[in-house]
Amino acid sequence: MDMEFSPEDLAFQREVREFIAENYPADLRAKQDEGEEMAKEDFLAWHKILYKKGWVAPAWPVEYGGTGWTPTQRFIWSEETARADCIRLLPFGLAMVGPVIYTFGTPEQKAYFLPRILSGEDWWCQGYSEPGSGSDLASLRTTAVRDGDHYIVNGQKTWTTLAQHADWGFFLVRTDKDAKQQEGISFLLIDMKSPGITVRPIITLGGEHEVNEVWLEDVRVPVEQRVYEENKGWTCAKFLLAHERTGIAGVAASKRGVEKVKAIARTELDGDKPLLANPFFKRKIAELEVDLTALEFTELRSLAGANAGKGPGPESSLLKIKGSEIQQRLTELTLEAVGHYGAPYFRGFGEGDNEHPIGPDYAHRAAPTYFNTRKTTIYGGSNEIQRNIIAKMVLGL
Amino acid sequence: MDFTYTETQDMIRDTLSRFLADTYDFETRQKFINSDAGRDPAIWTALAQELGMLGAAFAEEHGGLGGGALENAIVMEELGKVLGIEPYLPTVVIAGGALKAVGGAQADKFIPEIIAGNVIVAFAYAEPQGRYDLANLRTTAKKDGAGYVLSGHKSVVYAAPWATHLLVTARTGGGQRDRDGVSLFLIDANLPGIVRRDYPTVDGSRASEIYFENVAIPADALLGGEGTALPLIEQIVDEATVAVCAEATGVMQKLHEGTLEYTQQRKQFGVPIAKFQVLQHRMVDMFMEVEQARSMTIMGTLKLDLPAAERKAAVSAAKSKVSRGAKFVGQNAVQTHGGIGITQELAIGHYFKRATMIEGQFGSADYHLDRYEQLTLAD
Repeated sequence: MDMEFSPEDLAFQREVREFIAENYPADLRAKQDEGEEMAKEDFLAWHKILYKKGWVAPAWPVEYGGTGWTPTQRFIWSEETARADCIRLLPFGLAMVGPVIYTFGTPEQKAYFLPRILSGEDWWCQGYSEPGSGSDLASLRTTAVRDGDHYIVNGQKTWTTLAQHADWGFFLVRTDKDAKQQEGISFLLIDMKSPGITVRPIITLGGEHEVNEVWLEDVRVPVEQRVYEENKGWTCAKFLLAHERTGIAGVAASKRGVEKVKAIARTELDGDKPLLANPFFKRKIAELEVDLTALEFTELRSLAGANAGKGPGPESSLLKIKGSEIQQRLTELTLEAVGHYGAPYFRGFGEGDNEHPIGPDYAHRAAPTYFNTRKTTIYGGSNEIQRNIIAKMVLGL
Repeated sequence: MDFTYTETQDMIRDTLSRFLADTYDFETRQKFINSDAGRDPAIWTALAQELGMLGAAFAEEHGGLGGGALENAIVMEELGKVLGIEPYLPTVVIAGGALKAVGGAQADKFIPEIIAGNVIVAFAYAEPQGRYDLANLRTTAKKDGAGYVLSGHKSVVYAAPWATHLLVTARTGGGQRDRDGVSLFLIDANLPGIVRRDYPTVDGSRASEIYFENVAIPADALLGGEGTALPLIEQIVDEATVAVCAEATGVMQKLHEGTLEYTQQRKQFGVPIAKFQVLQHRMVDMFMEVEQARSMTIMGTLKLDLPAAERKAAVSAAKSKVSRGAKFVGQNAVQTHGGIGITQELAIGHYFKRATMIEGQFGSADYHLDRYEQLTLAD
């Protein structure tokens, strides 16, 4: 057991640093520094650069376009991209449906979809939650009824992140009403331009249009767009949830986040001293750093397990719970740190509107981000559901 | 970067764990901790001579297995699982650590004695006024001819009633809280003028108040430089601190497992209380604390070799997390057991007591958060 990087790892780290320094788009960096909301092309800009380099999907098997990096190299990669404050690649294709397709898909599905996910040509969204099915996902009621070579899909999905940009969606639908809940579900890939699909925005607390309702009305989906067997979609769903939970720890990004909060607290004054000198504020930062270190080393131990051939297991729920709590505490401390200038509501740079936001640059997204980040303990299986998973799968209760 | 144990390390853990399962069940432990001596000396001898366990963390040139801090952590965690009161921490981790750091003739002479199980060392560092400040010392060692004369009062010296030797911090110069002027001595525990008041501790061990009344000690008792030993003392206390984090991990694991087991047997309202979601989630929270304690122990152990400031910050991060986790897991284990948890009858209460003492050992969570802040969050 040791924490040393090998000479090869150090060389890799240098290569990654140089690559980011030379290739990260300057206009994207400027937009991030201004704290602007990201548009579709912003997300895609960095994605496409990484695709060209062959680094867009480090976690994928090499045969499907992965990098073949060791877990240590992947660790370095996530550290370095977070350190350089690179925009997060959207998970829906790369981290979610991609792994489902290369694990459960047909050769045709792999050949068609995987390259398009890698290149960024297709934007994906996730059709899971329904108005009546949140934590109890398996109670979902969207139906898919067989009609020759097609399914006819009817129902309503909700909380569909960035569906307004999506080319494709992966959906959980009920294909057998009489089976036990988990057993009558199938996993369908649906073209979002199909007739019968309506996407309606839901505006969240920070004023963002991030999530949507998706209505499906007699949508015809070819049978060959079903992944895995009919009525076995829950297997894919569970697999995907485990994948989603691992990435969700967000250690590297939170480390970067702590540095940002500290920088704000060194700038903001509290009396004649920086806020960071306030013992109460300082203590909260210290506790956050300590908890983040605990999370980091728990993830590293879990990676060592993955190294030994064990996939992400139910203990990844721990990473989700602690990671999401830390993300929330970060936004809470940021909002606390900016003081009065948490209040002005900045609508963003609209058409012909180039008014600079009120207050310091680091302040105007503080409250919206705090509000928005309440989602992290709710999505991907709420933290209460994660506790149920640990209780059942790890503790055997 | 590698987070796996070597085969030798796995073997050390398995060997020790099997030995303790045979020799250290809860009833046997209760019997010997309540005996006059407060321990079973045969266990220490067996650890040394049958298992070679006391050499796990020493270099091969001294007759050890060539390990270090990770091996100490493994032994301490296994001892934690059985509420072991064996003086491994003061003898091997602390005195052994000091000797390894100092090297030379003292190490050559003494380390083989530790490995053979011939000596037990108690660490006399705390003083009534000093709290967790290692430099806050009223005990003095005054130059006297070739040697020194030691005077002062040391508090709550664990394992002192069993000790053949004492590792003592004392002032050879400077004011009461100065960093300079601190020295470290390894002395015979039975020198004339050493007065002990022995007592049991709440967590099943034995300790003493030690009064040095003009104790004449030889010059070669000095470990490290005269008046410049504080960095060495800080280093060995950091090593000891992560070692008790490892012990805490073992204790917490047992508290958690015991609670899981009990809730599946105990029925109320016609069902095992483990069926109640409020208790399930509590036990998940306990599980997460155990896992994080394990992670922080590994983190602290791996960072012991870094430069002092980084080492101290890492150790303080680990100890603050583990202290709080130990409190959380201990208190909730008792709460979940209900009334039986606050009796002497079940092991669980005894694990709680040890967990509680570990919280403050070598510094509370608050102390370590303070130290962490001073090192990393200067404004």
